[in-house]
Amino acid sequence: MQLIRRAALFLLLPLPAVAGVLPEDRGDLMYHYYDGGGVTIDGPSVLVRKKFAEKYAVNASYYVDMVSSASIDVVTTASPYDEERTQYGVGFEYLRGKVTYAASFSNSSENDYDADTASVSISQDMFGDLTTVALFFTRGWDDVTRRGDALFADEIDRRIYGVDVSQVATKNLILGFAFETITEEGFLNNPYRQVRFLDPDAATGYSYEFERYPRTRTGNAFSARARWYLPYRAALQGDYRFYSDTWEIQSNTAEVAYTHPLDDEWTFDVHYRFYTQTAAEFYSDLFPRENFQNFLARDKELASMQSHTLGFGVTYEFKPAKFEFLGKAAVNLKYDRIRFDYGDFRDLRPTGLAPGTEPPYQFDADVIRLFFSGWF
Amino acid sequence: MSRAGSIALLIALFALGGCSRLEPWVKPYERENIADPIMAWDRDPVSSSYMRHVYESREGARGASGASGGGCGCN
Repeated sequence: MQLIRRAALFLLLPLPAVAGVLPEDRGDLMYHYYDGGGVTIDGPSVLVRKKFAEKYAVNASYYVDMVSSASIDVVTTASPYDEERTQYGVGFEYLRGKVTYAASFSNSSENDYDADTASVSISQDMFGDLTTVALFFTRGWDDVTRRGDALFADEIDRRIYGVDVSQVATKNLILGFAFETITEEGFLNNPYRQVRFLDPDAATGYSYEFERYPRTRTGNAFSARARWYLPYRAALQGDYRFYSDTWEIQSNTAEVAYTHPLDDEWTFDVHYRFYTQTAAEFYSDLFPRENFQNFLARDKELASMQSHTLGFGVTYEFKPAKFEFLGKAAVNLKYDRIRFDYGDFRDLRPTGLAPGTEPPYQFDADVIRLFFSGWF
Repeated sequence: MSRAGSIALLIALFALGGCSRLEPWVKPYERENIADPIMAWDRDPVSSSYMRHVYESREGARGASGASGGGCGCN
């Protein structure tokens, strides 16, 4: 189901290339696990990068989500379900002087959603290699269907324009700035989700009808970040992002992260992230009546909300004796705890309450990544 | 000065700036700290791209959250 519908766009979206130097030859094998809000998602992920003649590099990725969902939406309006999503991606990079050209493609498929994404980028070092400027363009084509409804089929056409600047400010400080414009056209809502409206004839006092979203959406995101090298060999990073779109969602994201190596073998990470957003203009937890307005949404991703994340990570690097082709290897474990608090999305599980007086919904999520990295 | 005049002046200044060679204020031999792996924007892409997916699937905002670009001039 389209719980994870934007996955193809963002999960393995190729990043703008790093100019001047190609990524290291590296392979990662990861197990990922998410558990929160009645949803459990886990599966493997593989990412391999290999360069040739210091001028060319290729990468390939494979990713699986195995979903078991009894989310608040499913519990209140549908039945729990299990499903699987598979995604693969391939990419190519060409380094010429101080310019890196990159192109990539990925496909994501699940039983009711198929997405193709293609991206190109150009990246250049300039001003004594202190500045890197990257421009990229991404195009996405999604096919949306609905299980149990052979007559329903629709599409999404997506374009992303982005610029990313990385700047060495001092010998201990790097700055980064990014701007992206995302435009989408097509069937943008989840075909399963419904809105509720007051209905005096219903036993609960409300009934449901399907969501209706506008068929276009354009959003702009700007971010700034800084990373400091501390005097005792550690790193401190701060990030801020502002987002605004034509559905009148505005959000602010702030994050601080700290990295602390210990000897040559251990690296510890800790970070905190805060996110807040306003609701879409056509969102309501409870509409006054059926067909109250042209566009209707009760998707909690479009509600006013906040999230807090506290995360930890540990990496152990070693030289594997049994696999001589690996120059070094690492075992990594990362854990994040996320708290989601919704301002105007109510928890309908408690019964006997008047419509509109239910408590706001909130949940905690545990996110784990356990992965092995090898450099060859 | 009109807005068009101001823009023309700015373009002219940028163009003139291109005539002089910009001296890097952080010399290549001063980039040891910047080149340290702990200073990478994105040390583990397989993990960070997954976390972006976790957030993008559950929040309304998207974009400009990827760590990219190098700029350390370490090569």
